[in-house]
Amino acid sequence: MATFFGEVLSVYSRAVDEDEQEELDEETEEDIQIRHELLQKREVHLNWCPELCQDIESSSDKKLQHSHLILAVGPNAAGFLSAHVLTAGDWAPVGWFSLWNERSRGTSRLSDSPAVGEPGCLIYQQKGNASVLICQCLSYVAEDQLFQWTDKIFACLPKRGLSVLVLSDSPVAEYKTPNYINGSSTPFLRALKTSAYKEALRCPLLEQPNIVTGLAAAVLSHCEVQGVPAVLYQCYSDMIVPDSVTMEAYRVALMLLSKTVKLESCPNADVLQKVSRVTDVSSNLYT
Amino acid sequence: MFVTTEDTPPCFRGYTLVLPAVSVGNVGQLAADLIVSTLGMPRVGHFHTDCLVPMAGNNPYATSDQDAAVLSTNAEVYSSPDMKLAVLQIRAPVVQTKVKQFRRLIVSWIKSSGFTRTILLSSSHAYQRDDQQLLGSPLRYLLSPALQNEAGERVKGLQWQEMERVCAFPGISDSEQRLHIPGGGITKGLYTDCCKEDVALAVVLIFCSEGDNIPDAFALVNHLNNWLQLVAKPDQGPVPWRVPASWRLLFGSGIPPAIF
Repeated sequence: MATFFGEVLSVYSRAVDEDEQEELDEETEEDIQIRHELLQKREVHLNWCPELCQDIESSSDKKLQHSHLILAVGPNAAGFLSAHVLTAGDWAPVGWFSLWNERSRGTSRLSDSPAVGEPGCLIYQQKGNASVLICQCLSYVAEDQLFQWTDKIFACLPKRGLSVLVLSDSPVAEYKTPNYINGSSTPFLRALKTSAYKEALRCPLLEQPNIVTGLAAAVLSHCEVQGVPAVLYQCYSDMIVPDSVTMEAYRVALMLLSKTVKLESCPNADVLQKVSRVTDVSSNLYT
Repeated sequence: MFVTTEDTPPCFRGYTLVLPAVSVGNVGQLAADLIVSTLGMPRVGHFHTDCLVPMAGNNPYATSDQDAAVLSTNAEVYSSPDMKLAVLQIRAPVVQTKVKQFRRLIVSWIKSSGFTRTILLSSSHAYQRDDQQLLGSPLRYLLSPALQNEAGERVKGLQWQEMERVCAFPGISDSEQRLHIPGGGITKGLYTDCCKEDVALAVVLIFCSEGDNIPDAFALVNHLNNWLQLVAKPDQGPVPWRVPASWRLLFGSGIPPAIF
């Protein structure tokens, strides 16, 4: 495609497939088997620790009794929760997602939770307080796995009395606005809420024509369809690595959180150090 | 799976359903946007399925700040009881491994809801037209046998052109003639399924290329309007289609002032 300025860009097709999708009627038995195995490999598994498994088994509707789900998607959102919330109380991991796709191969071991430093989806609960679940998702969930991921977690949670808060990272390049955004205005938050969510929002709504995709969109769509009150705070940042300035943008969400969980108003320095250490420039030029 | 947002589930018996195929240039989707936006059709439900890539945003047809805060999802159903018209708008690509499953889902929903006819708005790669298709109008139609009796005469009266079957092996004149809709997404598959299952389906498509496809969307929706008479044609000038808020900034954000 040639643009207004004359340069020629190679555009990818917005159609599903470049070529016509051929009928797959002539599938052999082997094709079917391969397809089946691939599907099995890409299945999303949600694992709970023995105590929560017991809770699910013993309840009448085979569900957990939590009333809040807080989901952090991306390193900044997860880092924010680590620094402000998970250090404050006695939080312990109680579950994890294991899934396999092209970009996250590490979490395929079904029986083990992700190792320290390994990207994964971990779920935490506070000791002695079984009302809030916190899920930090750092691994890549493929497009075909998003629906399954959402289905798996909401199958374990009650429909009534549940409220959902999603914090999600996004690059500012994906944000469309008629005005030019300069570096000083980032990071900033935009919100999306389901129709069942009645509380006041802490930041402007996400303006058209902006959309959200990925895990945040899957969770929000599910909540909208099921009538669960849910709100998403999407943080647009121009940093490509986790950093404390972007994490601070989520501070407005603290007000929402303060009703449900105990939190530190000042971020834990050790945790911040750990989260942002991965991005330290490892150059040996001056050492 | 259709999930209603109303207190009483809507009844679609006797309705016409319009849905887009996610195809080259997203022309079908843009045309469906124009119909929903112009007729001011209220949303009556979601089409919640694992076959589509998840996506969420605020009301794409917002006209003021008051109605902007409505969450919209990847597939939603809009309805106009006065016109007996429903539109299923699809806003995300179909998950590659679930195309067949998605087609089955659509066909079974059409059957169970009792739509009298379904119109699939679609597009096909302009560069793959053969010699006979290069001349004249870029618009084509296809009717399933179940709709042929009812609509066949009508579209012939409008001098619509049927989508040509092309030779499976070009140059060999008596080779098998087959339907070929490159870049049409689920178009061919859904049409074939509907023919097999005796569902009344019309495909209305346009040959186009990727780029600014807004003119293609207008051409397609005007073409459809000649048949369905959704919006009254004024004596002079074009049909006043209303462009939705979500069409803004199709080519990205504002230009940094510092470059001038």
